[in-house]
Amino acid sequence: MLKDITLGQYYPGNSIIHRLDPRVKLMGTMVFIVSLFAFGSVSAYLLATLAIAVVVTTSKIPLKYILKGLKPVFVLMLITVLFNLFLTPGRTVWKFWKLSITAEGIRFAIHMAVRLTYLIIGSSILTFTTTPNSLTDGLETGLGFLNVFHVPVHEIAMMMSIALRFIPILMDETDKIMRAQEARGADFHSGGLIRRVKAMVPLLVPLFVSAFRRANDLALAMESRGYHGGAGRTKMKPLVYRRRDVAAYIAMAVYLILMILLKFFVKIPVNIL
Amino acid sequence: MRKPDRKSIIEGHELRYEYLHYDDEGKVDSSYEALKGVDLDVKEGQFIAILGHNGSGKSTLARQLNALLIPTGGTLFVDGSDTRDESKVWLVRQAAGMVFQNPDNQIISSVVEEDVGFGPENMGVPTKEIWERVRKALTAVGMMEYRKSSPNRLSGGQKQRVAIAGVIAMRPKCIVLDEPTAMLDPGGRSEVVGTVRQLNREEGVTVILITHYMEEVIHADRVIVMDEGKVVMTGTPREIFSRVEDLKKIRLDVPQVTELAYMLKQSGVPLPDGILTIGELTEELGKLKGRK
Ligand SMILES: Nc1ncnc2c1ncn2[C@@H]1O[C@H](COP(=O)(O)OP(=O)(O)OP(=O)(O)O)[C@@H](O)[C@H]1O
Ligand SMILES: [Mg+2]
Repeated sequence: MLKDITLGQYYPGNSIIHRLDPRVKLMGTMVFIVSLFAFGSVSAYLLATLAIAVVVTTSKIPLKYILKGLKPVFVLMLITVLFNLFLTPGRTVWKFWKLSITAEGIRFAIHMAVRLTYLIIGSSILTFTTTPNSLTDGLETGLGFLNVFHVPVHEIAMMMSIALRFIPILMDETDKIMRAQEARGADFHSGGLIRRVKAMVPLLVPLFVSAFRRANDLALAMESRGYHGGAGRTKMKPLVYRRRDVAAYIAMAVYLILMILLKFFVKIPVNIL
Repeated sequence: MRKPDRKSIIEGHELRYEYLHYDDEGKVDSSYEALKGVDLDVKEGQFIAILGHNGSGKSTLARQLNALLIPTGGTLFVDGSDTRDESKVWLVRQAAGMVFQNPDNQIISSVVEEDVGFGPENMGVPTKEIWERVRKALTAVGMMEYRKSSPNRLSGGQKQRVAIAGVIAMRPKCIVLDEPTAMLDPGGRSEVVGTVRQLNREEGVTVILITHYMEEVIHADRVIVMDEGKVVMTGTPREIFSRVEDLKKIRLDVPQVTELAYMLKQSGVPLPDGILTIGELTEELGKLKGRK
């Protein structure tokens, strides 16, 4: 049952998007998300739609697969949209009992729905086309400048890659412990939420004990293989910018400029939204 | 046997190690002496096996060799570096690599080749040479075709071979393996031991193998038997396994064949001491039959 959670899912492929430098993809995702929130207009959303359509097509990831990724966060989105819909003060257009919907509420809710959907699609394209390893690499190299502000970038990246290595192992182990306890009469599947959560508690103890043992072992193994932090390390797979990466940066810049131009020169009447 | 005038790679003299336990205020409230004066001299290119019952101090000794623990008494030189000298710690770890018991808990990366590259990366080896070393190391352990795999998809024996590759990519003169086969099935065990023997014979890497399995010991140049923090016996496998009674006293077994030969001898069959393999036993029995 735990296997259903697919973490940092990667959709294997060999498209240009897959082959882009992870730093480019991280930057691109950031630019895209920021643009969604900074330029909230119909024209801006149209441009964003166009941009994402181009990226999805070149990435060769089936649209269905991308939309499936929206499912788990759908409830969360719905709640956000409803909150916006009912709790925004303004000109009331519809009233029922204590709930009232305002014109501003409708506008906000639509904005929120579009932004969240695009935010999730945008970031899932990042994880679909980038292996967890290269993502961590990209973070480490791309955010290296944060070292100046004493952010332990290398250490954080190392933690992430170790987590990625051990999550499947610990999940396997959880499954094993669950089955062992089920064999002795534990019941994880029936009863109310509280009962089920209670049934999980005895699971946590052996899991934590084992996780700490593993952490201890791993620390020893890393030390014995000469690990002493990021200083003086070389890389087996250093990140190198290629022509396609430069092209991608230029495309990003063009996208941003278009967004700004749209904001100042194209006015679609506000009352559509 | 090999040249007797080889250089020593590990020289320990009167090694002691004391584990300290601290109470809540950070004061020492109890201590346990796990090594009580061990002398050790390993020559380059040797294959040494260390035997001993649980808690006899084998792991404690192994960790000293890699400067993961520093002796609390006596001296230890690894490839000429004193392990107490903090400035030499990385030299020591590079000279003597270490393979641990649990294959899962020593693989750091989610891709085999990247894991093998981890040690050289830490040493600051240039990128191009890292690839060269990784390729050689994976070929040496026969795992080249799995270089792009995730370690999670490998068997225990394969994982342990990746761990060995990760160590030899650092080009150590000596590998210390602390019960590398304890968690493996028989197939995985012979895979790992075979790899280690081959590295020893073909690449001349000094091997120190700690194990509970007597069958893995018979190919060693020298066997060291530990009990309660001391070295109680040392010699060739044949010398050690001739002393069945002494081994039993410190709760150690002998290989099954040796045991059988010993029992036959006890019940009057005139066999020599220290038979190590089935081949030897059948040969000896054949000789007896011929005599009749
Ligand atoms: N961190 C520790 N703190 C206190 N005592 C320890 C610690 N680690 C080991 N010991 C003790 O030191 C002694 C030697 O332990 P060591 O792990 O070296 O034995 P070993 O021969 O490797 O045993 P095994 O065959 O079980 O691996 C044991 O009695 C053990 O209880
Ligand atoms: Mg041990």
